[in-house]
Amino acid sequence: MEWETVIGLEVHAQLLTQSKMFCACPADYQDAPPNTRVCPVCLGMPGTLPVINRRAVEYVIMTGLAVNCEINEHTFFDRKNYPYPDLMKGYQISQFPMPIAKNGWMDLEVEGHTKRVGITRIHLEEDVAKMMHIHEPTGESYSLIDVNRSSVPLMETVSEPDMRSPEEARQYLTKLQSILRFIGVSTADMEKGSFRCDANVSIRPKGSTTLGAKVEVKNMNSTRSVARAIQFEVERQIKVLEQGGRIIQETRGWVEERGLTVSQRSKEVASDYRYFPEPDLPPLVISREQVNTLRKALPELPDALRERFMAQYALPAYDARQLTATRAMAQFFERTVGGNKGRAKAVSNWIISELSRLLAAAQKEVDDYPEATLKTWSTGINQMIELVDAGTISSTQAKAVFDEVFTTGKEPTAIVQEKGLAQVSDTSTLKTIIDDAIAGNPQAVADYKAGKDTAMKFLVGQVMKLSKGKANPGLVNGLLKGKLESLKG
Amino acid sequence: MALSREDVKHVASLVRIAVTDAEVEVLQHQLSNTLEQFESLKELNTDAVQPTSHAVPLSSVMREDKSRDPMPKQDVLKNAPMIEGDFIRVRVVLEES
Repeated sequence: MEWETVIGLEVHAQLLTQSKMFCACPADYQDAPPNTRVCPVCLGMPGTLPVINRRAVEYVIMTGLAVNCEINEHTFFDRKNYPYPDLMKGYQISQFPMPIAKNGWMDLEVEGHTKRVGITRIHLEEDVAKMMHIHEPTGESYSLIDVNRSSVPLMETVSEPDMRSPEEARQYLTKLQSILRFIGVSTADMEKGSFRCDANVSIRPKGSTTLGAKVEVKNMNSTRSVARAIQFEVERQIKVLEQGGRIIQETRGWVEERGLTVSQRSKEVASDYRYFPEPDLPPLVISREQVNTLRKALPELPDALRERFMAQYALPAYDARQLTATRAMAQFFERTVGGNKGRAKAVSNWIISELSRLLAAAQKEVDDYPEATLKTWSTGINQMIELVDAGTISSTQAKAVFDEVFTTGKEPTAIVQEKGLAQVSDTSTLKTIIDDAIAGNPQAVADYKAGKDTAMKFLVGQVMKLSKGKANPGLVNGLLKGKLESLKG
Repeated sequence: MALSREDVKHVASLVRIAVTDAEVEVLQHQLSNTLEQFESLKELNTDAVQPTSHAVPLSSVMREDKSRDPMPKQDVLKNAPMIEGDFIRVRVVLEES
């Protein structure tokens, strides 16, 4: 039987606010020592009251607008009740019937065609404390809690079950990540846990319109792992069904090292969250004016930017996609090109091949570097293009020079001078060197006269050697050939 | 709407309250009574009425995104049932599979 895969994704992204969701504790918990970003509110002390962080609400509205959602005018928070030690209050403040944003979509480019994936809802909630589970060799088990992460603003984006392959899921995540980074609402870093994805995976006979029992897969820490976990899960489900089994609706955890999913039904009982409107927080009214103001303030989004780069700079689709991977990269490209649109493709080549290679090796991104460094690189790339165009240095030398620009921050012209790299393109100097080479290698000259082509190559090599590699090879070829031909006469 | 003994026990376990059989009996009666009172709302036609989420006439109360110094760590840990290093220590609630 032919099977169809059905995938829906739930993404939790931490928002880049200065303070937490419902209290004024700093939200920068990542590198903080345990329990040092905590106050009575996020510690769930009796008698404390939460207050909504305005920026977090704005960030969810912005995200909603960026993925074509409607923004609910009337919304409120709910209590989601469940007893677990990572929740200090015994409940999580979340949103249930009235999310801030709903009914959106994103277009993906999959194998040459456009695939639209629906976004059911985007709501705002709070993150939970971090737990470490300790298992002593004595058999004793307990958990340690760090409350720092408790109540960091968390935005949950739920997709429609519209994806049909692990690759579509991977693209959906990559695109959502890039949008969140572009509008600056989240670092969207999966490895650091500021962007987490749960995948709902089911299969059904091709052509069927009902959904199969779905399995929720968790614990993936990269977009690649998400694709792998889904692939594994699809194959597992097909095997179960084809052997006459039944898919159990359950939660399974992805085990990266073993490349498989395992059931997580330990003592879990059916969830009974008893949601009800959060009495400690008055409802939110989001005015249409506020929505319009935020819409106008949105930066150019990746898709629009890519199309503009193709139109305005006549770049191929591949270049445009690479250059718009991050907002910082796109800005760097534009500042480097400046008003000189004719140079756009050359700049793009430098960024995509050389700069990207150096950044990848340094495991950094453009926006990890200070403004002054970016300025040096911009100037550097422009100078490199000019130096190569003028024949001052070869393109191979240029790459080595740019390595140096990248690591030392020096200007290319200075490096070229310092290293004495400049090519010798002065004809009279070259002629002198060629005369020396001819005088020193009478046998090769004789071979050339006798019609041996390899002799020419040998003599070019000798000229390059005499010039310490600085002779302009194109000029040497022409001049040497002319000289040798005249000797034949 | 009458609650069964099982309903009462389920709700009690969700909110982590230990109840004796005698208490289950009393609560079953009392809670059923309360729910029956709400049933009387069904007599009204509420088709055109928005569900009420909050009774206080306030909306959109928010704070600016500014952080303040958090509590000193020793105060954070003061009320913890048990601590280990700078962490709060608790019993295992769910075994990780």
